[in-house]
Amino acid sequence: MITILNWFALLIALVTSVGLLLHRDWRWGIGLLAIQYLSIFWLVQTHWPVSMAAAKLVTGWMACAVLGIAHLNTDPAEETEASWPQGRLFRLFTAGIIMAATFALSLRASGWLGLGLPIAWGSLLLVGMGLLQLGISAQPFRVILGLLTVLAGFEILYAAVESSTLVAALLSAVNLGLALTGAYFLNMPQEEKP
Amino acid sequence: MSAPFLWIFLPLTLAGLLMLLRNQKVIALIACIFTLFLTLAAWLLPIDTAITIGNVSFKLSSSFEILGRHLVLGSADRSLLALIYGSAIVWFAVAPAVKTARRLTSLGLAITALLVAALAVEPFLYAALLIEMAVLLSIPLLSAPGQRPGKGLIRFLIFQTLAMPFILFSGWLLAGIEANPSDLGLVQQAAILIGLGFSFLLAVFPFYSWIPLLTEESSPYTVGFILWMFPTVTIFFGLGFLDHYTWLRDAPTLGSVLTTVGILMVVSGGLLAAFQQHLGRIMGYAVIMETGFSILTLSLGGTVGLNIFFMLFVPRTLSLVVWALALTILKEHSPTLILGDIKGLVRIWPFATSGLVLANLALAGMPLLAGFPPHQAIWEGLASKSLPTVIWVLTGNLGLFFSAVRVMLVFAAAPEGAHWESRETVAQRILLAIGFLALLLLGLFPQWVLPLWTKLPAIFTHLGQ
Repeated sequence: MITILNWFALLIALVTSVGLLLHRDWRWGIGLLAIQYLSIFWLVQTHWPVSMAAAKLVTGWMACAVLGIAHLNTDPAEETEASWPQGRLFRLFTAGIIMAATFALSLRASGWLGLGLPIAWGSLLLVGMGLLQLGISAQPFRVILGLLTVLAGFEILYAAVESSTLVAALLSAVNLGLALTGAYFLNMPQEEKP
Repeated sequence: MSAPFLWIFLPLTLAGLLMLLRNQKVIALIACIFTLFLTLAAWLLPIDTAITIGNVSFKLSSSFEILGRHLVLGSADRSLLALIYGSAIVWFAVAPAVKTARRLTSLGLAITALLVAALAVEPFLYAALLIEMAVLLSIPLLSAPGQRPGKGLIRFLIFQTLAMPFILFSGWLLAGIEANPSDLGLVQQAAILIGLGFSFLLAVFPFYSWIPLLTEESSPYTVGFILWMFPTVTIFFGLGFLDHYTWLRDAPTLGSVLTTVGILMVVSGGLLAAFQQHLGRIMGYAVIMETGFSILTLSLGGTVGLNIFFMLFVPRTLSLVVWALALTILKEHSPTLILGDIKGLVRIWPFATSGLVLANLALAGMPLLAGFPPHQAIWEGLASKSLPTVIWVLTGNLGLFFSAVRVMLVFAAAPEGAHWESRETVAQRILLAIGFLALLLLGLFPQWVLPLWTKLPAIFTHLGQ
């Protein structure tokens, strides 16, 4: 049963991370990130006590709330980036490559770290998708989403090898700090468009 | 009271309180007095030894427990604390002259305290998390008020954040190596992760693209502070790695890897500086070169390398302060800092332009200036190992020297009949004059700062022996 739930959490991580790449609306972005933290919670609690894993969920949702509130105060016009490929097909294709690459990596990583395949794949998939997000966008909000996704993936993997309370607290502080940085970026005055 | 409370939590608290104040001069004064107190305390107060003053007796304990882990600042760390907080005073004292005291002193003090915490935390690998928190705190400091975050700032955030997972995960692998040192596969994986982590943290080639971007788009003074503080603490953190892990310290390829990386940074930084059109970008490349020189000193190995590494500390701080101050003064009044637009500025801003050129020459290793003695020691150390290496390094120095000459010629190209004047404020003139004097005196009498770094190698149990 637990294995099935792990696979289900992986599926949620997959859908939300691909969704984060495809959707340009910030509301969708924050919603998907919030759902993504549910899968992170589940994958982390396989190695950590539920109370500590729940801290990740709460921190993640707080980060989403911070970003959401900050976005409410900004210019609603969605910015476009001229320099990068915008097409959904391109993003889907690159997401597919990341999925395949992380699956191949996770087969080795799960044996090496002694983790279940869904946990290893879920972690590497989020790291990969986050890096892809960072690679194809220079918008501060997208960059913060990318960094939060990369960190989420890393935290799943790191939870398997480290259970220190101090590390959990500092990682939570870093996640919240990133969200606050995102809020700071969003609330900086918008440059006038030509 | 414990040492971590005095040198970490107290500055953090004061930094929070300073944010509530508005008067730049008051903020700078409080921050300077407090930082001076911390420096003197580091210099004079023994740690883990009872002190009796009259009837009162107290002991500054070295350890502070937090969530099951410890922050430890021992007696050996005192000279490092004195040097870090002592240098911070210089940055904070100059800040009101360029109207950046409000943000720089409060956030700068918090960043300094967090980075000291990074050096104090045990297990020391957790430092990566504290450095990341300091990075996040530096974002408001680096972002120009009223402007959207630039590419440099975004890249700074990305690269520094990506360093953290690599360092943390390498820590887990290193623990495995300690248990099974013969596992070569594990050693290789750990080395790759550490290498990547430090490449991001130290902005090693090719991950340094954010530095010239940041020096171009943000206030040069605040960027100067960040580019002084982060590489300094990161290298200390890296030295902690070398000191802690014997297999890493004794790795046969370590010296050649450090030499290659150092040369790449010095040569690429120097040559790119020579062809830059923006004054801010030149400073950025000079900082890249300095990180390269620090890495090169470590490649020399032993106490010799360590001593030269510490020798770089004071001249670098001084040169960067003068350079950043001069650049900020020019940026406030010039529409751009592009070479074509700043011709003949020496007639209007004689102190700022001279300070900029002098600091540039000092970092290029010009004889009679503060940067020369440590650079000469590096050239000598490298020449004793490999002559081609030192030729490459000199090429980098020549590049930075060439950029200084170019800038000097542009500053001097004033239209005929232009009158001499000095638009700098009195405070700016005094500070820049002190800077010139210090750069010259340290070039002539480098032994004057010897007492500052003679005790520093003792921080490292193995490297310092």
